[in-house]
Amino acid sequence: MSPISRGFHRRHTEAEPAGRVPPGQYVTSDFPVLSAGPTPHTQLANWTFSIEGASAPASWTWPEFQALPHETVTVDIHCVTRWSKLDTSWTGVSLDVLLDAVSFDDPYVLAFCDGGYTTNLPMADLRGGKAWVAYSYDGKPLPAEHGGPARLLVPHLYFWKSAKWVRGLRLREVDTPGFWEMYGYNMYGDPWKEQRYAGD
Amino acid sequence: MEGTAVRGRLNDQVPRKTGAWQTATVDSVLDETPTVRTIALAVPHWPGHQAGQHLDIRLTADDGYHAERSYSIASAPGEPVAITVERLDDGEVSPYLTEELRPGDEIELRGPIGGYFVWDPAADSGPLLLAAGGSGVVPLRAILRYRSEVGSSVPARLLYSVRTLADVIYRAELARPADGVEVIYTLTRKQPAGWTGYARRVDQAMITEVAWPVAMAPLAYVCGPTNFVEAVAADLVALGYPPQRVKTERFGATGTP
Repeated sequence: MSPISRGFHRRHTEAEPAGRVPPGQYVTSDFPVLSAGPTPHTQLANWTFSIEGASAPASWTWPEFQALPHETVTVDIHCVTRWSKLDTSWTGVSLDVLLDAVSFDDPYVLAFCDGGYTTNLPMADLRGGKAWVAYSYDGKPLPAEHGGPARLLVPHLYFWKSAKWVRGLRLREVDTPGFWEMYGYNMYGDPWKEQRYAGD
Repeated sequence: MEGTAVRGRLNDQVPRKTGAWQTATVDSVLDETPTVRTIALAVPHWPGHQAGQHLDIRLTADDGYHAERSYSIASAPGEPVAITVERLDDGEVSPYLTEELRPGDEIELRGPIGGYFVWDPAADSGPLLLAAGGSGVVPLRAILRYRSEVGSSVPARLLYSVRTLADVIYRAELARPADGVEVIYTLTRKQPAGWTGYARRVDQAMITEVAWPVAMAPLAYVCGPTNFVEAVAADLVALGYPPQRVKTERFGATGTP
């Protein structure tokens, strides 16, 4: 039983859209920035996106990546630090397109990034129109502090899974913790189940 | 804990566990500035924390409504748990914590949380460059207190960017730094008469003057609003600091989450 905080009450009285905001989250119109180190600035000439660990690995340069079929999606995003942002618009390449280029049966991936960040995801959460590598936000190139030139976009999980500055995926037979997962954040991160930390 | 056999490898292999929600009692409150308050808490089952970690607070209204927010821990490991909270006028939780909460009140919390933005003197002996923007000073103060507590002689500099002298948090404590610690202010909005210190937003020239030379293998901790952190981190990288030696913690326009 939670103690009642005398004199504390809901401050934001405008109704949040039903069923859009997971428990423990509040809606913001800002786009806060959270990252553990300096923002990397990778030259597009040196950028590649790779899938490692398949029988035949795949890799795309920036021009090759831009030539892949892309789509624009409007999604809600939920950060583990409790802000949610509704109706965000992104353009990028579906993970279905990228994963179709390799053959594998690994059930997990570890996404890797410029700056050394990693995060782990089940393969099932990347397929079926649920995940993208996004290079455009709100119709403009994705700013570096928000993960540009390209970031993972997996909006049904907490946003630390949508790795900034992503450079590729390593296929994994077992679920291997990434950067924040090693520091006690949840291995899966479902915002609707409030899976913020290990054991939640 | 996970057992001693894996202790030394916690960082590599075993995800850390965060404690469950528990009820703490407010021990004391101290107004640091007109908008910033330090809250000392008696936490019955605190597992201990590292310098730089944070915790989650949960408030419950009488209609059952909950609100949760994260706050940096202001106290050193081994000291009673304390948080320092800045009131955000449009905030939901911070006005309550800075204006309503009184000693004896109960409050729910869980933690500690985060394990990257931490200083472990046993793991690293590089000089410390601490850069704070506004209330970003809170976890850096925990690091400085821990440095004193363990008797570390690692040289430390705190560059603290704040609007005016009246906005300085921990002002009395920072006026008497421990041996080997320098505190350097930049007052970005208003300076007292005769002020000879920095009086501008951080820039490359300031960072070049304040930062330890790269050859000393310094370790930098940067905490503050996004534009402050972006600027300082980029300036340090431009000076040659390896990115993995620059740890950052940011909060956006909505304030600390």
